Amino acid sequence: MSELWWWPYVMIVVAGWLATDIWRWLGVIVGNRLREDSEILIWVRAVATALVAGVISRLILFPTGALGTSPLALRIAAAATGFLAFLYFRQRVVVGVLVAEVVLIAGWYLL
Amino acid sequence: MISIPAMILTAAFVGYAGLARESGLSLGETLAMTGMVWALPSIVVLTGAITGGASLLAAAVAVALASVRLMPMTVALMPMLKVEGRTKRWHLLVASHFVAVTAWVYAMKNLPDLPREARLPFFLGFGGGITSFVFVMTGVSYLLIEDMPAIVAGALFLLTPVYFTCSLWGASRLSSDKAAMILGLVLGPIFFVAVPGLDLLWTGLAGGTVAYLGVKGYGRFPR
Repeated sequence: MSELWWWPYVMIVVAGWLATDIWRWLGVIVGNRLREDSEILIWVRAVATALVAGVISRLILFPTGALGTSPLALRIAAAATGFLAFLYFRQRVVVGVLVAEVVLIAGWYLL
Repeated sequence: MISIPAMILTAAFVGYAGLARESGLSLGETLAMTGMVWALPSIVVLTGAITGGASLLAAAVAVALASVRLMPMTVALMPMLKVEGRTKRWHLLVASHFVAVTAWVYAMKNLPDLPREARLPFFLGFGGGITSFVFVMTGVSYLLIEDMPAIVAGALFLLTPVYFTCSLWGASRLSSDKAAMILGLVLGPIFFVAVPGLDLLWTGLAGGTVAYLGVKGYGRFPR
């Protein structure tokens, strides 16, 4: 079946688009009923935030692709330095991102 | 759309274009995934499933598991986007397609500063703009980049988590959000090893619930 040119597109529509957007649609249906100041929403916000934070640490600790070839300690050091710089320089996201990149690239060359 | 989130996300998708090309996906397939799925982790899972020759059902289950996280994110965003009694549901259904980590973090941080009537139009404009821009840039980089040095590709991949860390902290207006973020960072890798596949769901439920109850309990019994 995988020889057919259109088969990957069926995969993309069913296993990609539908399997992803179904959760967004469910989120609209549930979220539409909640008030902005409700206790449930504060909890949902916390769940969503923890989940996104989980994505972050997974990207740093278990990266796919080229970043995986860099030393783990260097990745953690780069991300941590970037975050501290972000906090120190009045929460400027650009500063955090640039500092992390400098630490990563410099470290990668030196090691 | 020359903004920081647009730049960061473009960099992440430039990195993905390299992966897609290496995996043997055609330009059309790469772009169809970018536009239709619009959530990078799910796209990476689907790429693995297609190139690994997984069945349609197995691929759908894997992608659905990787995408569950979009539901609590959408639930948290919707009450912020709508104008009570006036916003039509189908407008929100259309807008929800743009819910992915980057746009979500950006919206949670910036929407509260806007008047309520302006939020949905802003989110649609932002989401539509950033999606079109990234879509085009993914196609361009698929065609241009044949071979990327590991250090460049690695630097591109690091942009995303660092950007997420900083802007997620900036978007955390409640102490329960900040506690949830710290718990999520710690629990994420533990659940990744303990319950692979369901790890993000468990990280969210456990980290979020503990953060919520902890902050609530702390507020009730002030020192």
